[in-house]
Amino acid sequence: MIFSEKHDLVRKLARDFAETELTKEVLDEIEETGTYPTELLAKMGKAGFFGIKTPKEYGGQGSDYISYVIVLEELGRVSAVTDIWVSAPNSLGGGPLMLAGTPEQLKKYLPPIATGEKIMAFALTEPEAGSDAGGTRATAVRDGDYYVLNGRKTFITTAPVADWAIIYAKTDPSQGKSSRGISAFIVDMKLPGVSCGKAEHKMGIIGCPTSDIILEDVRVHKDDLLGEENRGFQNAMKTLDIGRIGVAAMSIGVAQGALDEAIKYSKERKQFGQRIADFEAISFMIADMATKLQAAKELVYRAAQLKDAGSSEAGVAASMAKYYASEICNEIAGKAVQIHGGYGYIKEYKVERIYRDCRVFTIFEGTSQVQQMVISAALLKK
Amino acid sequence: MKIIVCAKQVPDTNEVKIDPVKGTLIRDGVPSILNPDDANALEAALQLKDANPDTTISVLSMGPPQATYMLRECLAMGADDAYLLSSRTFGGADTCATSTTIAAGVRAIGDFDIIFAGRQAIDGDTAQVGPQTAQRLGIPSVTYVQKIREIKKGSVIVERQLEDGYEVIEVKTPVLLTAVKELNTPRYMSVERIEDAYKAEIKIWDENNVNLKPEDCGLKASPTQILRSFAPAPKGKGEMLAGTVTEMAATLVGKLQELHVI
Repeated sequence: MIFSEKHDLVRKLARDFAETELTKEVLDEIEETGTYPTELLAKMGKAGFFGIKTPKEYGGQGSDYISYVIVLEELGRVSAVTDIWVSAPNSLGGGPLMLAGTPEQLKKYLPPIATGEKIMAFALTEPEAGSDAGGTRATAVRDGDYYVLNGRKTFITTAPVADWAIIYAKTDPSQGKSSRGISAFIVDMKLPGVSCGKAEHKMGIIGCPTSDIILEDVRVHKDDLLGEENRGFQNAMKTLDIGRIGVAAMSIGVAQGALDEAIKYSKERKQFGQRIADFEAISFMIADMATKLQAAKELVYRAAQLKDAGSSEAGVAASMAKYYASEICNEIAGKAVQIHGGYGYIKEYKVERIYRDCRVFTIFEGTSQVQQMVISAALLKK
Repeated sequence: MKIIVCAKQVPDTNEVKIDPVKGTLIRDGVPSILNPDDANALEAALQLKDANPDTTISVLSMGPPQATYMLRECLAMGADDAYLLSSRTFGGADTCATSTTIAAGVRAIGDFDIIFAGRQAIDGDTAQVGPQTAQRLGIPSVTYVQKIREIKKGSVIVERQLEDGYEVIEVKTPVLLTAVKELNTPRYMSVERIEDAYKAEIKIWDENNVNLKPEDCGLKASPTQILRSFAPAPKGKGEMLAGTVTEMAATLVGKLQELHVI
């Protein structure tokens, strides 16, 4: 068995938290106002959700990937947007630092991120560089002890509320459109020349803002260069490699939430004089949903287990987990809406939100098609 | 200050069903949890520690070896150390024998100022072990504590819940207090403390470790004998009466006479 007794206790913590704090009233208000309550974020910080894998010496919890997956799974079962708040500091915020930060950078930036006092955004995507992240156009030009950054980053999670952002920019223009010559910088969002676009009106994941970050002659000190100059792309790819486990974990959590609702509704709803669960058309749909979800869970747990063991197979395993889990999450959410019939199309029912929230899972942190590229490349390069 | 918290691992009675033939609990597949009132008892101790960080909190339980899971949950909430009284000799104990064992465990831990226990466990619902333990230790106890007003040198002032109000009691320490759910809201564990809890050692003691003779433990020392346990037959559906108060009263009297109740 993958889970130890310790992991059972982590699951109990996350489940108790989700059931007690993430009530229908709280979640409806987040959806209506578009704002996530700060006191809820503070409670999540106290429970240790923002630095699950971060070492204790940097203010983290010193736990493992399995615990990280469990927390995302249990919180996501109730609220997808909560998972975004939890995965951001654990993965895209803290990840690049833990991979490449100097001891000074780790000491300065990691503890406030791991406790939730500060928010670190991850800014790689540009209007014309999405899946093809190598096509980064933002530039950083050395000027004495500083780098001068210019460019525009897009679809950046938490940008409007971030204290800092990790910005990827081209430092060696001679490398042209290749992925070489890109560097990573830790940028204080209050620096002159940094601004954010307006928060995007998204289909789902309401309550965690996303916007552009605009950089106009922003002077970043060389101490805030993250990792080696011109090797930022590798850092970004390794970060995403890890980040995928997070999206995979959210997918199984959210899918479980959809399945729970479908089962509940199909036992309550009566048509033609019987529960709709007693029609084979519905019960077989539920059997398929549960089977695919279980298969996805096994892939996600395996990826986390390989990552904890430091296996070289962890990257491909994470891609497979992200690809499959996010796709079947959408399928399960779609079927859950179908089982709810017209009610599933109404906002009062949980599946309506689930259906919108999970749509992005096959898109962000590497689309399903990028995952297929990663998986097939690993198989075909041999 | 030194605090001992008594805790019990119980089946989650929200999920328990009764075997209709044997009349006993069906425990298979039912999760075991920290008894809810005991979580309030631990939270009360943790709040005193928040206010006075020199406080140490020891959690004490009696139960099978797997009760360490519940004790690690207590550690992950913030307790300092945990003790489990576990031995075949302790098996089959009623509240009388249980309190003997718990009191012996308390003596073996040593000095304390306050013992917190939950009001009662959701499996047995007796509310007897707390006060009996205090009796055996020769210390006062206050049950149904809904608020701790003040910790003084040598005494505490607490509110004791009554059906229609509360009493304010000042009691000398060392003392045993039993907590009701109104006392507080138990805190969450944290991931870090869960990690630490699995690195901590839980001391497991048998009768020899706490200086008890086998004849004073378990079934042999339990005067209570269960003759039969059963689930009461479900009652039929109630009947709603309609009309004015006078009409309904008249109908009711008629029905009761018909059944020869009056």
